[in-house]
Order: sequence, then C-alpha cells, then structure tokens
Amino acid sequence: MRPFDYIRADSAEAATRQVADGGIFIAGGTNLLDLMKLEVMAPEALIDINRLELNQIEETEDGGLRIGALVTNSDLANDTRVRRDWPVLSRALLAGASAQLRNKATTGGNLLQRTRCLYFYDRAMACNKREPGSGCAAREGFNRILAVLGTSEHCIATHPSDMAVAMRALGAKVETLKEDGETRQLTLDELYLLPGDRPDRETVLEVGELITGVVLPARVDGRQTYRKVRDRASYAFALVSVAGIVAMEDGRIARADLAFGGLAPKPWRDAQVEALLVGETPSEALFNKAADQLLAQARGFGDNDFKLLLARRTLVSVLTELTETRT
Amino acid sequence: MQTNVIINGTQRRLELDPRTTLLDALRHHLGLSGSKKGCDHGQCGACTVMVNGRRINACLTLACMHDGDEVTTIEGIGQPGNLSALQEAFVSEDGFQCGYCTPGQICSATAMLEEIRNEWPSHVTDDLVGGAELTNEEISERMSGNLCRCSAYPNIVEAIRKAAGKGA
Repeated sequence: MRPFDYIRADSAEAATRQVADGGIFIAGGTNLLDLMKLEVMAPEALIDINRLELNQIEETEDGGLRIGALVTNSDLANDTRVRRDWPVLSRALLAGASAQLRNKATTGGNLLQRTRCLYFYDRAMACNKREPGSGCAAREGFNRILAVLGTSEHCIATHPSDMAVAMRALGAKVETLKEDGETRQLTLDELYLLPGDRPDRETVLEVGELITGVVLPARVDGRQTYRKVRDRASYAFALVSVAGIVAMEDGRIARADLAFGGLAPKPWRDAQVEALLVGETPSEALFNKAADQLLAQARGFGDNDFKLLLARRTLVSVLTELTETRT
Repeated sequence: MQTNVIINGTQRRLELDPRTTLLDALRHHLGLSGSKKGCDHGQCGACTVMVNGRRINACLTLACMHDGDEVTTIEGIGQPGNLSALQEAFVSEDGFQCGYCTPGQICSATAMLEEIRNEWPSHVTDDLVGGAELTNEEISERMSGNLCRCSAYPNIVEAIRKAAGKGA
C-alpha cells in the first residue's frame, strides 16, 4: 500500500473540504482498502468519515425511509421496517458478499464500490477505467462476468452492487453534500454515468461531494423479489440479477418496477420494458416480449454471450413468480 | 499514529503507520497470532474477529480506524482449560483438518449464533420477518465468508449445531 495521510473528519462539511486535494472518503473500506493493497487506487489522503452522524434510519414524512450513508449493509438488511415494507432491498443486501463484509460495508460505500472486472484489478493489463487511454483488455479477454448493456468500445465493466439494483427498482434517491455547502438529490440513474469514452468517470459526483444518505419512497402495493443468479450459491457476484416489484389488478399487471444487475455498468432499468407489461395479462409470450425489449441493444463479447439467454430466462422466471395466482 | 483499542477486555495503546491493518496490528504488534492471514483480501475469512460484537474481516480495515473500539479475537473467546462451547465442539466433532481457518471459523460462528438469537434473516431464510431455524442450509449460508481449503465443512456444521444446542 502506498503511504497516505489519515484524517478523521469531525463534520460532514469539514470532510468535503478535507477530501478536495487528492483525498478520498473512507467508510467501511472493504473495497477501497483491497484496491489500495493492490495499488489500483493510491489516494494521497484518507478522510475517515466513520465518526459522522450518518448512521441512522429514519422515517420520512411521506412514509418513506431516510438511510444514513454510514448505515451498514447488515443494519439496513435487518431493519424491521425494511424487511417488512421494502423486502426487495433486504433480499438484495442479504444476497451480497459475506456476513463479515456486510457488517463493515456501508450504504454510501456500496453505491460507490468499483467494478470487479479482472482487468481493472490487474495492473499489468490495459484498462481505460484504471488508466485512461491504455485500452481495454477485457473486450478480447476473459469477459464472462462483464456487461452486455450500456458498454462502450472503451469499457465493458459491470457495476457489482446488489443493493443499488434494489434501490433503482424502488426509485430511491441519493442525497449529497457539496464542498460549497449545497445539497442535492440524485436518482440512481442520474448518479451513475455510462462509460462512453471516459470509463474512469463513474458518477456525476463532484470533487468533495459526499453521499450523506439514500431516501426510499413510501412502500407500494405488490410483490417484491430479488433474484440473483451466480456461479455458486453464496458469496459471489451476480451474473444476472433482477429486482422486481409487481402489482396485479383484476388479473392484469398494474405495476412492474424492474431493475437489473450483472448486465451493465450501472444498475439497469428500462422504462419501455415496464410500459410493455403494465395493463397486460401475464403470459410467457408477454414476458418474452419484455425480454426482447430489455435485450434489444444488448451484445456479448464472447465469453459473456450466455448472459443474453440467462437474462431472458431470469426475467421470465421472476415475472412468472410475481404474477402467478397464489392459492 | 496513536490508536487506543480494547483487545479482549484490555486497553491497548498502539503507535502505528496508518497503513497497518487491524489484522497486522493484532499479529505483529500485539503478539496475538490466533487471527490468521489467509488471502489478505476479505475472501477467506481466516482473519475474522469481532469488533463491538460484530464479526468482520480484520484484513480489510485499518487499525487506526478503530480508536475506542472493542475487539474480540480467538484468544479472548477461550483458552486451553477454559474453552468456549464452540471451541469444545470443534474439537469433539473434528471440525478442522490443518486448523488454519479454525480461529476465523470459531470467531465467525460465535457472532453468527448471536445473529440467529437476534432473529437476523439470511439469504436462505423463507420469511424475512419471522427469524430462522439453525438448519444445515442456514449454517452453510451464514458461514460462507469462511473458507476451509481442507473442506472440513460437514464437521464444522456439526460442531456449530452441537454448540448451539448447548447455548454457546
């Protein structure tokens, strides 16, 4: 690990100023320290924000929840309100990492974790995300875990979070504090950038901008599920995942909020997929039409071609589960 | 930099390079070599300790981030002649072969049983709200952050079941 200055922040405002000059925020550190050991990341300063008062889960006036950025993945997954009213979020969190990591990993850090693309981690390999302009070894390499949607010729990395996929389906908003004291709310769609020709830029966050929390809207009617398909049954990243919230009315689909993991550089959501489902009677043909829409622009890079079929089957299976009549 | 940590009930003052992980602080600066370094990347769980009652990977956290925290290592869970129920069960059920992952397995299982008592669900729990039974499937899922390259898993599961039955 390269040397760095360690600074413990006493306030969010101070933290945003302290991070401005080559520093980086550290919360749980489970991804950042790993990357620093490998010298994939080498910040000049760590601004430790763990002492800030951002570890509460509070109810909002309109029936939602405000989740502090430092709430651990364990505390969020096990919150009785989340388990009851936003179960897709508990399920997504419990499907991620290991118990030890969930105890340390935080809400803000989970959103900002880096891709697990093997070429990003290997400093001997070309990677435009790690070293802009060096190329992308993954396109022609071992790419079975990588993206099929939202890619560019410069990068095919996926965003690895499960939590963020559930939050995208739930319509969550990320709250931030900027260095100048201004605050703003971003949807997850707004937070994340697609790689384009600058895969090193992953979010719209400005230098010094701190995620302070995530706001969930009030619970909605319907069934919720998080389906994660991976190479082993536990402690592995998603090849494909689907977060689904589906409500039925008189035998027709009244709501279908769907987000996808493992497929793209950001938690993926496609309004046209949802529009195609709403108002219709469930059928396998309809679900396949939804998959056609989801994958219309998808392309594989060899090893990951299987994800197109896997995504289709996973979506059809999730929609079948969420729309079937219970006896 | 100076960090004060309560290790197994005793206040310890450390003067460390900020790069020092909690694991290296325990092993190299405090002589507590029970916690093991397997992968040093949070993948194997051999370094599992409890911080403020929660199990974490000591290799993926800096010692300086734990000023004022309470750390429990395998040395604090039990000693020869005064083993915890889990330690006794790992011996009686032959829950290891080479033994390298064992301190991490036992620290992890100690915290895991507390999580079950607190009715934390897991990925394989059917009902998120109702708590969970200690089935083999639940133990395997909840212990998936601890690898055993000798693959002593069946006996590790048996040891945990036995200790849980005694109210470990």
